[in-house]
Amino acid sequence: MVEVRRSSTAHTGDVVSSSPVKLDVRNLSIYYGTRAALRDVTLDVRQNEIFGIIGPANSGKTSFLRALNRMDFFVPGMRVEGSIVLDGKEVQEWRNVYALRRRIGVVFPLPVGLPMSIYDNVALAPRLAGIKKKSRLDPIVERCLQRAALWDEVKDRLDSLGSLLSGGQQQRLTIARALSQEPDLLLLDEFSIAVDPVTTMRIEDVLKDLKQELTIVLVTNLVQQARRLADRTAFFLSGELVEIGDTAAIFDGQVSDDRTRAYVEGRFG
Amino acid sequence: MDRRDLDWYIDKAVQILVFVGGVSAILLIIGIFVFITKEGAGFLTTTFDAKEFFTSPRWRPTSEHNPTYGALALIVGTASITGLAILIAVPFSLGAAIYIGEFATGKTREILKVLVELLAAIPSVVWGFIGLSIMNSLIIKLFDVPVGLNVLNAGVILGLMAAPIMTTIAEDALKAVPDGYREAAEALGATRWQVIFKVVLPAAKNGLVAAVLLGVGRGFGETMAVLMASGHSINLPTSVFDSVRALTATIAAELGETAVGSDHYRALFTLGIFLFLITFLINLTADLVLRGIRKK
Repeated sequence: MVEVRRSSTAHTGDVVSSSPVKLDVRNLSIYYGTRAALRDVTLDVRQNEIFGIIGPANSGKTSFLRALNRMDFFVPGMRVEGSIVLDGKEVQEWRNVYALRRRIGVVFPLPVGLPMSIYDNVALAPRLAGIKKKSRLDPIVERCLQRAALWDEVKDRLDSLGSLLSGGQQQRLTIARALSQEPDLLLLDEFSIAVDPVTTMRIEDVLKDLKQELTIVLVTNLVQQARRLADRTAFFLSGELVEIGDTAAIFDGQVSDDRTRAYVEGRFG
Repeated sequence: MDRRDLDWYIDKAVQILVFVGGVSAILLIIGIFVFITKEGAGFLTTTFDAKEFFTSPRWRPTSEHNPTYGALALIVGTASITGLAILIAVPFSLGAAIYIGEFATGKTREILKVLVELLAAIPSVVWGFIGLSIMNSLIIKLFDVPVGLNVLNAGVILGLMAAPIMTTIAEDALKAVPDGYREAAEALGATRWQVIFKVVLPAAKNGLVAAVLLGVGRGFGETMAVLMASGHSINLPTSVFDSVRALTATIAAELGETAVGSDHYRALFTLGIFLFLITFLINLTADLVLRGIRKK
C-alpha cells in the first residue's frame, strides 16, 4: 500500500523532503449530490510538515478536510471518489470509522466550546476512550491545555463553562481538545476566522511547536498565514488543485500557473 | 407634509389590535382565576377544613347527615395516574424524539413528525373509549383481575396521550443544540450514541425537563380519558389494579348534579382552585426552565 513518491509539480522543501509520506491522496473527487466540490486532486502530505491549503471560498478546501477524517460518513449526499492513504492504509477501508477519527484532530472555523466545564471539554476524548480515573485524566488535561497555550489563563477555573470563554480562548480550548485524543494528524480549517490577531499569532506559535510531534494540514483563507506557517502550500480554486509547491517558492513567484501568482499577490480572492 | 395619512392610522389600529390580543390572554387567565376563587370562596371561608381536605380520603359531599370533604383519595388518584403515565411516556417520547431528531432524515423524518402531531390531536374522549373498551378487557385477560378500569389502564392511556406532546417539545430541544457540538464530538471519534448521550442530551437538558413537566401538567389536567379509564371509584390505591378517582373527573362528573351555591358546589370549585394552582405551578416551572436555556 505504501508508496513514497514525489508529487509531479511539488518543489519539495528542505525540511521535509526526506520525511516519509504521511498522507497520500490520489485522484480525489468529492460530490454533494451531483455537484462536484473537488475534482481529481492528487497530493501528498509528509510527516511533521505543516501543509497549507489556500484558496478562495468554495474552492473545496473544507470538503478536502472532511474526506480525510471520513466526515462523509455522516453527511447525507456526500460522496468521495479516489484514494486517501493514511500511514499506508486506505481510509475508506477502515472498518471502525470512529477509531480512525480518534487519530485525527480537527479544529473547525468557529470555536466550539462544548457546554460543559473546561476540564470536561478536554477530558471528553480520553473519557470516550475509556479513561475514567481522575489521577490519569488530570495530567492529560494539564498537558493539552499547556500545549495549546491556554493553561495559564484557565488553570484556576477549570470548572467554569467552556462556552463562556472568549473566542480566542475557545479556539485554543478546541485545539487542546483535539490534542487530547493524541492525534498524529491535525486538521485546521480556517481556525483564525473568529480570533483576534494577537491570539492568532499565539496559536501560530503553538502550531510551529506542535509540528515536531505531528503532521498538520492547515486550511486558511489568509494567504500570509500560509506563508508564515506552511512548509508546502497547495492552491485550490473552484474544486481544482491549481498548484502545489514549496511555500517559499510559491511566494517567491516561482509558480507554474498565473492564477496562483494572482491569488498570492492578492489580485483576486 | 406632516399629515397623518391612511398608513399612519392603519399602523395605529394594528398596534391597538395586537395589544388587545396580547392583553386578553392575561385578562382571561385572571378572570378564570377570580371566577373559580369567587365560587369556591364561600366554602373556603366556612365549611372548609384544610386538615380534612388534605388528609381524609372520605369524599362524601352528598351524605345527608354528615357530609365530608376529604380530597386525599382524589389527589392520590390523580397523582398515581399521572406518575404512571410519565413513567410510560418518558422513555417513549425521548426515544421518539432522539430517533426523529438525530437519526431519521428526509422523508422519514417529515412523515414521522406529522404523524406524531396527528397523534397529539386525537380527542381525549377517543382515548377514553380505547381505555374503556380495548384496554379494559385486555387488562382483565392479561392479569386475571376482576376490573380492568384502574390506575394501570388510565396511566397507560394518559401516557400515550402525553407522549406525542412531549416528543414534539423534546425534539425541538434537540434541534436547538447547535450542529457544531455534534461535529466537534464526532471529530473526537465519538460514536453516534456517545455524541447523543455525552453531548446532545446534556446540552438539551433544560428543554427535555420542560417537556416532561408539560407532560405532567397535561396529566394533571386531563379529564375525560381519565374519567372513563380509571374506574372512577374513591379509593386509596394499593396497587395499579385498584380503581381510583381523579380530581378532574370528580368535578366533571359531579358539578352538573349540584345546586349552585351549595357546599358541594363550592367544594368542587375548591378542587378546581387546587388543580389550577398545581397546573399553573408546573407550567410556570417548565417555562422558567425553558427560559434557562435561552439565557445561556
